[in-house]
Amino acid sequence: MRFESPTTTKAAAALLASESGVAHVLAGGTDLLVRMKMGATEPDLVVDIKRIDSLRELKVTAAGVHIGAAVPAIMLGESDKLRGLWPGVVEAANLIGSDQIQGRCTVAGNLCNASPAADSVPALIAAGAKAVVVGTKGKRRVAVEKVVLGPGRTSLARDEFIEAIVLPARAGKSADAYLRFTPRTEMDIAVVSAAINLTLSRGIVQSAKVVLGAVAPTAVIVPAAAKALIGTKLDDAALAKMVTACEAACNPIDDKRGTIEYRTKVAGVMARRAALIAFERAGGAK
Amino acid sequence: MNGVTVSAKVNGDAVQYVCPPDESLLDVLRNRLNLTGVKEGCGTGDCGACSITLDGRLVCSCLVLGAEAEGREIGTVEGLSEGGKLHTLQEQFIEKAALQCGICTPGFLVAAKVLLERNSNPSEEEIRYALAGNLCRCTGYDKIVRAVQSSAKIMRRGKKASR
Repeated sequence: MRFESPTTTKAAAALLASESGVAHVLAGGTDLLVRMKMGATEPDLVVDIKRIDSLRELKVTAAGVHIGAAVPAIMLGESDKLRGLWPGVVEAANLIGSDQIQGRCTVAGNLCNASPAADSVPALIAAGAKAVVVGTKGKRRVAVEKVVLGPGRTSLARDEFIEAIVLPARAGKSADAYLRFTPRTEMDIAVVSAAINLTLSRGIVQSAKVVLGAVAPTAVIVPAAAKALIGTKLDDAALAKMVTACEAACNPIDDKRGTIEYRTKVAGVMARRAALIAFERAGGAK
Repeated sequence: MNGVTVSAKVNGDAVQYVCPPDESLLDVLRNRLNLTGVKEGCGTGDCGACSITLDGRLVCSCLVLGAEAEGREIGTVEGLSEGGKLHTLQEQFIEKAALQCGICTPGFLVAAKVLLERNSNPSEEEIRYALAGNLCRCTGYDKIVRAVQSSAKIMRRGKKASR
């Protein structure tokens, strides 16, 4: 195995493009190093992207948020500004693993690991986040939901990697929330999760996005659930309609962590609670 | 396999080592730098026995490559005591009998030190969350939490006194 730590995105893309064997990008390493240890991958090349200065930047401005691909998740929670704008994205990112893992893991890495249960992914999709993808041919911006194709599979080409995750400018009276269900409070993987992003106008939901995690091979956007919330103050009828839409969108696996019936039921419960939290955060009153 | 030459700082001292590119920082610390305070429990980032600080951040050294540490500042349990005097946390772990077999202890000490630097007066809940990445199969955690609480109290008093 070769270890390289380039200082520019161009050099990193060139290294990835020129390797004929197995090449991996190393950011936080909390998934990659475990896979290497287990023998699940035997890379010929590992490209550490943490020496690229621009990838270590976290910028929170009125125009939007830029989260460099090498920014550890713990830094998201340390930004009061980011927590104020996108509390759901921050709580999702900060749920990944222990403090030790938080000091290393990144949201770009969480996305590229392409786990159906990735905590930050539903929240990023609900937020309308885009991935800035860089390769030998240049840069492209792609919606986060277009990155993951299935468990462990992404749409990135061999020479491509994510440089940053960007969040759009925030409209007033907006908030998001993320909830996951795990049998224990810490150090666990989501059995089911839900992310909700709302914008209110005169106390009424003007726009909404509802995304479920761990109930299908990829995170699931549920437009019918969002539609049920729009034009309401989250009254019981609207919430019931949203729950029904969420349950209908579930296509989970059946395993020791949860049966199909259980995951489907809990998806609606998580979405309902997350919606109420987001509504309150956005300044809504019932 | 070509070795990677790395210069870093460990507990304030400059070090140099050569390691295979896929060797973990945990193995570098234990086998090349003879810092055996850091322990391997799981090797997959679940147990926290290998906790160290990397540029001040708490991390699992099993999930860091030795090759990544070029120019970085590493802190291990060996750096806690000063001039032969144990750190307050170490004294309180002994005082409260917060260990039995001792394998997890260095990781708990490093994690607790990072917590108290960030929050000098953590609640019991905050302590339990902050130490959730450290597993102990002996103590049942209660004595560890008590030791961190009493350390925080002593350290706060010490800060006031030195003002």
